[in-house]
Amino acid sequence: MMSLRYLPLWITAALLCLLFGIGGWQFDGFASLAVVSNLFSDNAFLLIVALGMTLVIISGGIDLSVGAVIALSGVAVSLLISQYQWHPLAAFALILPAAALFGALMGMLIHVYKLQPFIVTLAGMFLARGLATTLSEESIAIDHSFYDAIAEFGFMLPGGGWVGASTMIFIVVLVLVIMLMHYSRFGACVYAIGGNSQSAQLMGVPVASTTIAIYALSSVLAALAGIVFTFYTFSGYALAGVGMELDAIAAVVIGGTLLTGGSGFVIGTVLGVLLMGVIQTYIIFDGSLSSWWTKIVIGLLLFGFIVLQKLLSRRTAITLAAGRAGHG
Amino acid sequence: MTTPSLVLELKQVCKHFPGVKALQNVDLRLFAGEVHALLGENGAGKSTLIKVMTGALAKSSGDIYFNGQQCHFASPAAAQRAGISTVYQEVNLLPNLSVAQNLFLGHEPRRFGLIQHQKMQQQAQQLLLRFKLSIDVSAPLAQYSVAVQQLIAIARGVAMSAKVLVLDEPTASLDSGEVQMLFDVMRQLREQGVAIVFITHFLEQVYQISDRISVLRNGSKVGEYLTADLPRSQLIEAMLGKELQQLTEQHSATNTAKQAEPLLVLQQISVKGSLNDISLTVAKGQAVGLAGLLGSGRTEVCRAVYGVDVLSGGEIQFGGKTLTLQQPADAIKAGIALCPEERKTEGIIGPLSIRENIMLALQARRGWWRYLPVKQQQQLAAFYIDKLQIATPDADKPIEQLSGGNQQKVILARWLAINPQLLILDEPTRGIDIGAHAEIVLLIKSLCQQGMSLLVTSSELEELVAFAGKVVVLRDRQKVAELSGDNMTAQHIMQAIAEG
Repeated sequence: MMSLRYLPLWITAALLCLLFGIGGWQFDGFASLAVVSNLFSDNAFLLIVALGMTLVIISGGIDLSVGAVIALSGVAVSLLISQYQWHPLAAFALILPAAALFGALMGMLIHVYKLQPFIVTLAGMFLARGLATTLSEESIAIDHSFYDAIAEFGFMLPGGGWVGASTMIFIVVLVLVIMLMHYSRFGACVYAIGGNSQSAQLMGVPVASTTIAIYALSSVLAALAGIVFTFYTFSGYALAGVGMELDAIAAVVIGGTLLTGGSGFVIGTVLGVLLMGVIQTYIIFDGSLSSWWTKIVIGLLLFGFIVLQKLLSRRTAITLAAGRAGHG
Repeated sequence: MTTPSLVLELKQVCKHFPGVKALQNVDLRLFAGEVHALLGENGAGKSTLIKVMTGALAKSSGDIYFNGQQCHFASPAAAQRAGISTVYQEVNLLPNLSVAQNLFLGHEPRRFGLIQHQKMQQQAQQLLLRFKLSIDVSAPLAQYSVAVQQLIAIARGVAMSAKVLVLDEPTASLDSGEVQMLFDVMRQLREQGVAIVFITHFLEQVYQISDRISVLRNGSKVGEYLTADLPRSQLIEAMLGKELQQLTEQHSATNTAKQAEPLLVLQQISVKGSLNDISLTVAKGQAVGLAGLLGSGRTEVCRAVYGVDVLSGGEIQFGGKTLTLQQPADAIKAGIALCPEERKTEGIIGPLSIRENIMLALQARRGWWRYLPVKQQQQLAAFYIDKLQIATPDADKPIEQLSGGNQQKVILARWLAINPQLLILDEPTRGIDIGAHAEIVLLIKSLCQQGMSLLVTSSELEELVAFAGKVVVLRDRQKVAELSGDNMTAQHIMQAIAEG
């Protein structure tokens, strides 16, 4: 029974290994540390957003605004650095709390007015995207010595792997989120709200502050992902990250988190993003397939995982009913 | 025993919901080291009182004193911090979390701010040993039966070492062994000086464990008694609220008149988990009353006859033929209609108009391809509005805007429109005002005279005696008495409920 909870996690991990194995067997240089380290650094921003999304989805909500927040934070940071000559760190120090405020506002609307997270964050998405486009329709290039230093920062792994600043930031975030979700009272409250917010309230969970904190965190992580994205592209662009909220949701679901909330693991999301990344890498290595095949495979995977979730929850319902009947 | 000290005191507490006074000037005194039973029929206001007391609902007026100091709990969390923990009626735990997490949510043992999962599980295991439960505390709660979940919910209340522990119907899903175990724990806690509020419908248990009893009826407090001084019959009288003297005269002679041929015969019907071997007969043109406390099986009999619950044994004969019911549609086809107990959730469709609500059953029987012309609908609606004296300006008013009594009449009209042979009314007069009350009783009588048979449950004994030709008394899901003629008095029914 215990294994049932971890089943989606194991399936994702197994698929990841399988695909990596097939790639390594088919192509030279696929099974190398270079490919692995690239998986992390190419997907660092998506990993960071998806971690925030995991929190939101475990609490039973959804955050559609993250893609737009990535774009907004990227544009704002580039604008501050290139046009207003701010030091990048100062720009980050302004953007991250601002993002927290933005998320907290959404969380407040969701909790106080009992609004659907879907609608509130959809509004947030349009707002952030619109703001980003208003700030600048063109892509803004960043040319700053700090960014050059960031690009240089890191260390080599044997076999051509490179652990850069983005990967390091991701790892720090990962550790923090795991601690938060699995080893803090806040995390327990997030799971509790996702299970049944009314029961949680009656059990003394501070539902209001927790909900607000969840969306604030998600926005902060999205803004951080936007910053990491500028490390990657050396620019900020209002149309960056279009649809990335959906990639993040897909990764969370493939990682075994229930969309209905209350169940899932932070590490699952990491596996989900990596699985999506490996599929992409495989298609690039193959060369003959259109990159849109990535989407097709991810679509199929999502279907598979949703069906699996349904089957698992029905299984649980049946055991529950059996337990009840036994006591009848 | 030393004189008990007052822990929590509620004074003149009121709670109003829109249009309803759920609590009116209720006092409650809880003493340290006492089990205080809070009793009353369904809808008496017990759960509301508990919610107000524990911060889940805000009171409209009144004062709460905790350890002599006036206080105000803004949320369940605040009440918990003060030392009042509550186990609500429905298991309010989180099925997705582990047993240990459920036990310690908000109170997890921590080191350097991080939850110590190992330590938490050990403590959880020890705690559950008091309830003789040795289960895997790291498994999700959803895996365990409702009874186990209920014990875990109680253990959570105990774990918080509360000064006041509120148990709202904790025994509903427990078997007798588990109940005794719970009582052992309650006795331990009582010795430790915890004030326990115990809500239940099982009077046996009240006399077994409680020291003091408070009775609520219709949102008001009837009285506070020491359990030892209160005989069972007086307790039931307090709960059902009848002045015995008034009742005997009410008896109407019309009912006993003729013994017509039987329409509905239940032969030793059983439903798994809710009914045992119940036999009864309803004659044509007769109203049969079902009496008994909540949980005695009243509603369950109605559900079985209407095909909501499928029989596990016995037989239903209807009009001389054996009737096999798989679903309510079968019952409707045979000519049986049911007005359910929960008018709000099972009866009315709020936003639809009176006319549409009346048409529902008739249209359902005609099938959706034979739409009833609007003109005919209007005639029919006007006919029933007039006949049942439904107070409304017109037939197109949404039903949710009517008073409870008028809503009930609309539902009655819905079923009268299909002209059933047997009409089942489950608590037709609950929550409606006195005037409408009398009208519905009169209506039941006139329906009988027109040859319709009725099966009516009610906790208003006076009322049962007034319209029923026969009263069947249920207790613990079994039939304990059948009263008719001169035997059928509220007093006798009460005795039957109490003693069986």
